[in-house]
Amino acid sequence: MNLFDLRGGIHPEGRKNLSAAHPICALPVPKRLFIPLQQHIGAPAQPVVAVGQNVLKGQLLATAQGALSSAIHAPTSGVITGLGDCTAPHPSGLAVPSITLDSDGESRWIALIATADPFQLTPEEISQRVAAAGIVGLGGATFPSALKLNLSHGVQTLIMNGGECEPYLTCDDRIMQERAAQIMQGIQLIAHAVAAQEVLVGIEDNKPEAIAAMQAAAKNTSVKVTAMPSMYPMGSEKQIIQVLTGKEIPAGGRPADIGVLVHNVATAFAVQQAIVEGKPLISRIVTVSGGAIKVPCNLEVLVGTPMQELIDFAGGYVQPAARLVLGGPMMGQQISNPAVPVVKGTSGVLALTTAEIGQAEPAPCIRCSSCVRACPVGLLPLEMAAHIRTANLSGAVNLGLKDCIACGSCSYVCPAHIPLVHFFNYAKGDLTAQERTKLKQESTKKLAEERSERIARIERARAEAAAKRKAAREAKERAAAAKLTTEAV
Amino acid sequence: MIAALTSLTILGAFLGLVLGIAARVFKVEGNPLTAELIAILPGSQCGQCGFPGCAGAAQALAEGRAPVTLCPPGGRAVALALAAKLGTEVNLAGMKDAVPMMAEVQEEICIGCTRCFKVCPTDAIVGAAQQIHSVFREACTACGKCEEVCPTESIKLQPILVTLQSWRWHKPVEAA
Repeated sequence: MNLFDLRGGIHPEGRKNLSAAHPICALPVPKRLFIPLQQHIGAPAQPVVAVGQNVLKGQLLATAQGALSSAIHAPTSGVITGLGDCTAPHPSGLAVPSITLDSDGESRWIALIATADPFQLTPEEISQRVAAAGIVGLGGATFPSALKLNLSHGVQTLIMNGGECEPYLTCDDRIMQERAAQIMQGIQLIAHAVAAQEVLVGIEDNKPEAIAAMQAAAKNTSVKVTAMPSMYPMGSEKQIIQVLTGKEIPAGGRPADIGVLVHNVATAFAVQQAIVEGKPLISRIVTVSGGAIKVPCNLEVLVGTPMQELIDFAGGYVQPAARLVLGGPMMGQQISNPAVPVVKGTSGVLALTTAEIGQAEPAPCIRCSSCVRACPVGLLPLEMAAHIRTANLSGAVNLGLKDCIACGSCSYVCPAHIPLVHFFNYAKGDLTAQERTKLKQESTKKLAEERSERIARIERARAEAAAKRKAAREAKERAAAAKLTTEAV
Repeated sequence: MIAALTSLTILGAFLGLVLGIAARVFKVEGNPLTAELIAILPGSQCGQCGFPGCAGAAQALAEGRAPVTLCPPGGRAVALALAAKLGTEVNLAGMKDAVPMMAEVQEEICIGCTRCFKVCPTDAIVGAAQQIHSVFREACTACGKCEEVCPTESIKLQPILVTLQSWRWHKPVEAA
């Protein structure tokens, strides 16, 4: 299959060999799990269990609130010991409402409903089951998968993303090597659910074993497994579409606009588990790596497991960790508290050393335009940052700030170490806040106008009533006076 | 007597006529810019800018007596819109949005006097006589009028806490 060219991109050192050779191994069930109610994009789930209640593995703990939300299930059997807050796996370190579950160590499943012939199911039934299983995009964006299926019915091309372009991460690599058959069935189920005409699996060529395993599994199917050149950010939705199909998503658009649907390979595994075996999404594969970790590895981890347990299982630190990151080193989230739980979107737990971070003081921009060459979207990072520096947000938006995918390639190549992507993240947050303020102002303005109108109406009604009363009184007085006059006459 | 009355009446009628015609002919149009500025301002007449309501503020802006950054509840969004309308340059680097605030009722000491919801310009307070009042987060503009009239200091402006949804990246700090 011929591939299409991609502009920009960078080639960071992969460092995947730290953990790539370690087969997936299940992390023992932790004693206490903290299960955030918000592990997806959209509205937080609503708990349906009470404190003190015994739950079985796979039991529904919280229901989705609307289509842009996701259900959450018990990762293991045990007792609910708290409905409260825990520290969110988020750079802010703010609290997130969550369910605390103390495991009983028995891992007793609820009654699972297996489906013998899943291809007999209608597309609606598949997306309903995917929603009921609480499946979200496991590549990291955590967009509810069922909604994506519903929005993409009848797409031309289904692309399965096995890019895994972030350095260090090997979880998708391992799952493709070890569970290729299940993934392939999941891919076919997704293709069946959206009636896709063409199915492509894109895998970076730095994962030859995974490519071989997937190609073997794809024999006798219409699924095409393709090796893509290794480059960052190949695993980004827009980029993988461009490389495999040559199509570009219009600014502000979605893949469905150009007839494409992209899912992560790990999501396909979750879909297969949900449809065929009836198991909800309660665990995922997480890469534990970084220079500070003693034995980097790939673990199958229950959602809600504290990050520290993973690090302990990997033998702890060999040298002090200068920075803890959830996800990959390029787009992952810096964490300060190792007690935060692993959630559905956590692909990696990295403990990086000072040498690996390589932090340097930012220097003035020399306008070398390295960032322009690196930007995979074709933006001008240096110009955008210059606008943002002087609080000229509209200037940055005119240059395409909203199309920035926050991949961090610009910051990576900048010889002056300017935190370019940080500027863009800041500006995007500021933009959202301003839009929110504007919306609020419009609504409060309407309220204020309605109120003054109402007050005027009441005043008017009052005045009219008073005038009527006065007229009635005067009429009465006149009548009385007339009577008096007639009597006098 | 009659001569005096007649002459004064005629004089009065004539002068009145002249004044009336003059008022029509030499009518001063209101500055149309003011109306446009009023449309941009929040319209809650909170008076935090120091002018009597949004119309007063718009007047002052049109006459160049006030900076575009005058509206605290409007924040930077309104400042930008005003600057665009007035064609002035504005550097918002120094302007920070005030800490977002919202009125909150301390329920233990609310006596249900209804004074606060009578003054609320956006109907953000719900309540009835002898009932505890409550504030709609989305409708409150933090104008502080309720705080002024509350007899028990039960309703007060409190900073809105940052949540995961409203959290955002801070601006990168750079060495000069």
